[in-house]
Amino acid sequence: MPEPVNPGDHIATAPDTETVYTIAVHNLAKNFGSLQAVRGISFQVPAGSIFGLLGPNGSGKSTTIRMLCGLMRPSAGGGQVLGLDILTRAEEIKNNIGYMSQKFSLYEDLTIAENLHFFGNIYGLTGHQVTARCAELYTRMKITGRENQLVGTLSGGWKQRTALACAFIHQPRLLVLDEPTAGVDPVSRRLFWELLDGLAADGITILVTTHYMDEAERCHLVALMEDGNLHAFGTPRQLMAEAGMDSLEDVFIDMATGGDVYRQESR
Amino acid sequence: MRGIRMLAIIRKEFIQIRRDPPSLVISLAMPVIMLLLFGYAVTTDVNHIPMAVLDQDHSQQSEMLAENLAGTGYLDLVYRVQSTHEIRALLDGGQVRAALIIPPGYARRLHRGETASVQFLVDGSDPLFARTAISTAEMVARVKSQQLSLEAMTAQGQTPPAGPGIDLRTRAWYNPGLESLKFNIPGLIGLVMQNVTIMLTAFALVRERERGTLEQLMVTPVRGAELMTGKLIPYILISFVDVALALGIGTLWFKVPVAGSVPLLLGLTLLFLVFALGLGMFFSTIARTQLQAMQMTMLFILPSVLLSGFVFPRASMPLPIQYLGDMIPLTYFLEILRGIMLKGVGINYLWGDVWPLAGFGAGIIALAAWRFKKRVE
Repeated sequence: MPEPVNPGDHIATAPDTETVYTIAVHNLAKNFGSLQAVRGISFQVPAGSIFGLLGPNGSGKSTTIRMLCGLMRPSAGGGQVLGLDILTRAEEIKNNIGYMSQKFSLYEDLTIAENLHFFGNIYGLTGHQVTARCAELYTRMKITGRENQLVGTLSGGWKQRTALACAFIHQPRLLVLDEPTAGVDPVSRRLFWELLDGLAADGITILVTTHYMDEAERCHLVALMEDGNLHAFGTPRQLMAEAGMDSLEDVFIDMATGGDVYRQESR
Repeated sequence: MRGIRMLAIIRKEFIQIRRDPPSLVISLAMPVIMLLLFGYAVTTDVNHIPMAVLDQDHSQQSEMLAENLAGTGYLDLVYRVQSTHEIRALLDGGQVRAALIIPPGYARRLHRGETASVQFLVDGSDPLFARTAISTAEMVARVKSQQLSLEAMTAQGQTPPAGPGIDLRTRAWYNPGLESLKFNIPGLIGLVMQNVTIMLTAFALVRERERGTLEQLMVTPVRGAELMTGKLIPYILISFVDVALALGIGTLWFKVPVAGSVPLLLGLTLLFLVFALGLGMFFSTIARTQLQAMQMTMLFILPSVLLSGFVFPRASMPLPIQYLGDMIPLTYFLEILRGIMLKGVGINYLWGDVWPLAGFGAGIIALAAWRFKKRVE
């Protein structure tokens, strides 16, 4: 997407007592046996921002997300999501966030409408609450006209927007999207990001992981993870300025290859 | 536990079952096919054993002996041959499994009141056939000998002794005709139900894991108990349809009536279903793919066929193997099924089997629930 970036400079990243943080973690760490997947990271994400979590495969992004969603207990450290402690109030967190996993995970043998109804019921919405909410989401997520088509027969872009609608069925204040646009065509990706911009404008906080640097540049805040560490954190513009580079892609590649050199040295 | 979430899962499960007709057909056809197959194939009743006769005596007496053997119904006279070579060829080729050789002079010796020898050859490769053939031949020879000695006594003007002797009168209870079908059908109903139920439940949960939808569900507020009960209820219903089919075929087609109480039978069947569902669930918490779930089910089915007393009598197994059989819930359920269907006994005679079954059920459900943790780690 050769569009002008939307760095969101208005968002303060420095600690500020006025700012409401949707996500705040300190020294969050996770070990799998002797493997340190996440090595004590700390960051804060203000409400209403699109927060991009970047990093090569295996850098600890998914593990971080799972800890934030209450799917995994941290080995050390802690944090709050929507003001709820991730260690003690995981179940409440689940009620208040929407999640789209890396692997496309709607029921392919159910229609769009059936998937939305199912997830609506799972989040405790009853009969006509779901119906009303679905009608709203069909328009908002641009999935009108194929409500009764099986999800398995939809194209990538449609599936992805349906998944976003399912994740947003209960009007969560935080959306967690793990590589939502992997394997989707550019037109659909742009449409998807326009939807995300719209949601953020309504005050919804969005945590998104991606490998596409054009998408990363559209985030208000980005964090670069490498080998379980938080390599850099800030607005895309800050990160580029700090590294003295013109694009996030260069910053990312510099980090990734630098990491390789480090690994070779430490051997 | 929120009813709305459980109902949502039940509804979704039914939609998925409806969208997948082959699976539904298989889960309903499997008990029918297995019952018909096993009902006809698994029979330990041996009769109509093909037999060849080499009659070198060509007498009325020798002819009668061959006819007496065939008249028992256990042996069929299919070949009359002229030489021992032919007998060897027929036995080698498997066309006959028994052969009777009556040497020349048979009738003459009998007439003289001497002992006449005949030879009875059996194909011992299948002990079941061989034993039946031998005992039939022995019985026929004994009866014949008694008859001949009586005739001889009468001919010499003596009165046959009416003195001491044992008059043994046998009667088989519960299955007077000693038909193995009657023994097999209840066992089959238990086995079929176990297999279908374990496989269905294991698949239902593993499918969600395989397709990534389980991860999606884990991030929702749905609780383990809601997910489990919601997923199991549709399969309990299918399993009960299977039970009804199996019982229907057993009683109407194979004419094995239920001698005891049908409600008791269904109640205890539900108890066994709880175990089977629990085991399916437990497998699904270990298996990552449907293939693995299938392999685990197969691994469980084989010992339960062999050790539960489904076909092979447990009493004749070595003690350690019998103990292994005690660890298989199907063993107890077969006792219950046979008890109710054949003997018509009530619950008072069955507690010894009901308690272990309940124990296994509770144990496996607890184990599966413990394994089914909400966190993915």
